[in-house]
Amino acid sequence: MSLEQLTYLFVVGSFFIYIAIAIWSRASSTREFYVAGGGVTPLANGMATAADWMSAASFISLAGIISFAGYDASGYIMGWTGGYVLLALLLAPYLRKFGKFTVPDFVGDRYYSKVARVVAVICVMFISFTYIAGQMRGTGIVFSRFLQVEIDTGVMIGMAVVFVYAVLGGMKGITYTQVAQYCVMIFAFTVPALFLTFSMTGHLLPQTGLGATLANGETVLGHLDGLVSELGFSSFTEGSKSRIDMFFITASLMFGTAGLPHVIVRFFTVPRVRDARISAAWALVFIALLYSSIPAVAAFGRINLIETVNGVDNQGTPYEEMPQWFKKWENAGLIAWYDHNADGRTQYAAGDAFTGRQHKPIYWGAADDKVARNFYYQQRHVVNPSDGSFDPQVQPFANEIYVDPDIMVLANPEIAELPDWVIALIAAGAMAAALSTAAGLLLVIATAVSHDLLKKTFRPQMSDGQELMAARLAAMVAVVIAGYVGMHPPDYVAAVVALAFGLACASFFPVIIMGIFYQRMNKYGAISGMLVGLLSTLGYIIYFKFFGGEPKDWLLGISPEGFGAMGMVLNFIVAYLVAHLTPQPPKHIQQMVQDIRVPRNSGSAYY
Amino acid sequence: MEQNSEAAALQYWRRNLQIIFTYLVIWFVVSFGCGIVFVDQLNQINLFGFKLGYWFANQGSIVVFCILTIAYAVRMNRLDNEFDVHE
Repeated sequence: MSLEQLTYLFVVGSFFIYIAIAIWSRASSTREFYVAGGGVTPLANGMATAADWMSAASFISLAGIISFAGYDASGYIMGWTGGYVLLALLLAPYLRKFGKFTVPDFVGDRYYSKVARVVAVICVMFISFTYIAGQMRGTGIVFSRFLQVEIDTGVMIGMAVVFVYAVLGGMKGITYTQVAQYCVMIFAFTVPALFLTFSMTGHLLPQTGLGATLANGETVLGHLDGLVSELGFSSFTEGSKSRIDMFFITASLMFGTAGLPHVIVRFFTVPRVRDARISAAWALVFIALLYSSIPAVAAFGRINLIETVNGVDNQGTPYEEMPQWFKKWENAGLIAWYDHNADGRTQYAAGDAFTGRQHKPIYWGAADDKVARNFYYQQRHVVNPSDGSFDPQVQPFANEIYVDPDIMVLANPEIAELPDWVIALIAAGAMAAALSTAAGLLLVIATAVSHDLLKKTFRPQMSDGQELMAARLAAMVAVVIAGYVGMHPPDYVAAVVALAFGLACASFFPVIIMGIFYQRMNKYGAISGMLVGLLSTLGYIIYFKFFGGEPKDWLLGISPEGFGAMGMVLNFIVAYLVAHLTPQPPKHIQQMVQDIRVPRNSGSAYY
Repeated sequence: MEQNSEAAALQYWRRNLQIIFTYLVIWFVVSFGCGIVFVDQLNQINLFGFKLGYWFANQGSIVVFCILTIAYAVRMNRLDNEFDVHE
């Protein structure tokens, strides 16, 4: 069987399993739709949380970013796992005890205010849309490569798939499907990682293989540091970001993790408070299984990429001898080559091969247009090459290629020449990752509209059936909007997702924490805090991502990805000040805060 | 009786906050401390083929995080029983 056939088999096969589970455990009531009836065991919930949590960004994009940025990207690793510690210690048990369906539910009830609830719904929308757009982009990348279509068509196919499957099941369907998806994901990520580690170092585990010694006597990381500095990049293990920016990015991702509505809602599905604690611990262990092998995959991928493109003699590889994967990704529009020194060889070094804001290639003509290809070597024409200048003191040649970081995990097994079935497996895993998260997010958006906005605020007389209908309609609209954003992303997948975290961190985290740990916090403080956090972060991101703000103008050198942590600090300060200038919350609310601090009598999530 | 239970609830909450605080100090030290602030100093040390600071940022912190959440779940579930507030 060819690689394409195997991929079809794996992706379609796993997809049928998910659909079957979704139908088998179809939600019949709103309670089942929103929180799976509260009857999920901690182990299953931990797995489902892990699948929900690990999205296309973790599966596809993270290793790619680390591959190219090295130490600079470790904020993603620490942030996305460290946030779970906050979630387990500060949020999960109390929110479970509180026992409602959604995050706006908590905000609305704790701060006894419809305004607070609506502001929370708005925050949920912003966060979830940003995040889901990243997922759509991820599915698009998978389809574009394996169905050999352009990336936009890939996103459209992804939209259709996510829609069919997420709108059916609700939380009940989603929980058990996500357990299956976790298994597919972890298998699909680990098997190639083990293969790769073994073929490069002789070690079995990626976690130890990263520290292994290669045949030439150097350690893996030492070898990689040497390779990249010869080519003019900064050291792989030390990076070049400022420490303060690293600090803020990591903080944004961590606190954002703890404020993500679709993750928080998972802890409403277990029966008891103690199960919420255990399930948070399981979730982190399941996540760690995958995350701890990511740095190894990233490092091996970078070494292989450099050695394939530059050849063993470090002079470049003639384009006609480049392997198939290079040309197929070029057709997908995610790799490009411009022959700056006109020697017919591909060369990879520091610097941008193409001009423009994101230094992405702009192709002339479609991939299947023979006329739009170079006469001599048959590569795709690109209309925006850079001037190809470079400093011979620092690097041996100009950089001639563009590689989208998002393809690293998918291309890695091909670059390392692993068997076809391993490559097909990766595609199935990436689909599982994108689908599970997209489904969880869609559910949160749907619930926010049908439950928080309609049922609890504007149309309390709605029946159960109407509410379910509204939820499914909202999911439909959400898929279309998210797909559109996915086709026109402001950045690559993990970075788009990082922005969602910034928003979650700046808006929700402080309000929830103060709602539990600070009895004196009242509605005025909470509402003004959320607004200040959300608007300051959103404004900063929009100015620097879309209105041409330059990095030199960053406040204290903090990049837009890291500004969420600053927004969070502002949120805390404003909320505290406002709460002290306004009356105390009413007695019954203070009693409620006392009550959620004690596990007994939690009951199941109620309506 | 009523006062006793209120005092017990306060005591329970204090113990809980103590545990949370201790664990969060560790959490902060391994990630922000070893992984970012003191990364250059730790990178001078080489262990099993890793620069130590880089290792903390990419592997070590994950391991410690896992231990922390597991320990917290065990510890708190025991504390619930001790104060008789479990379900």
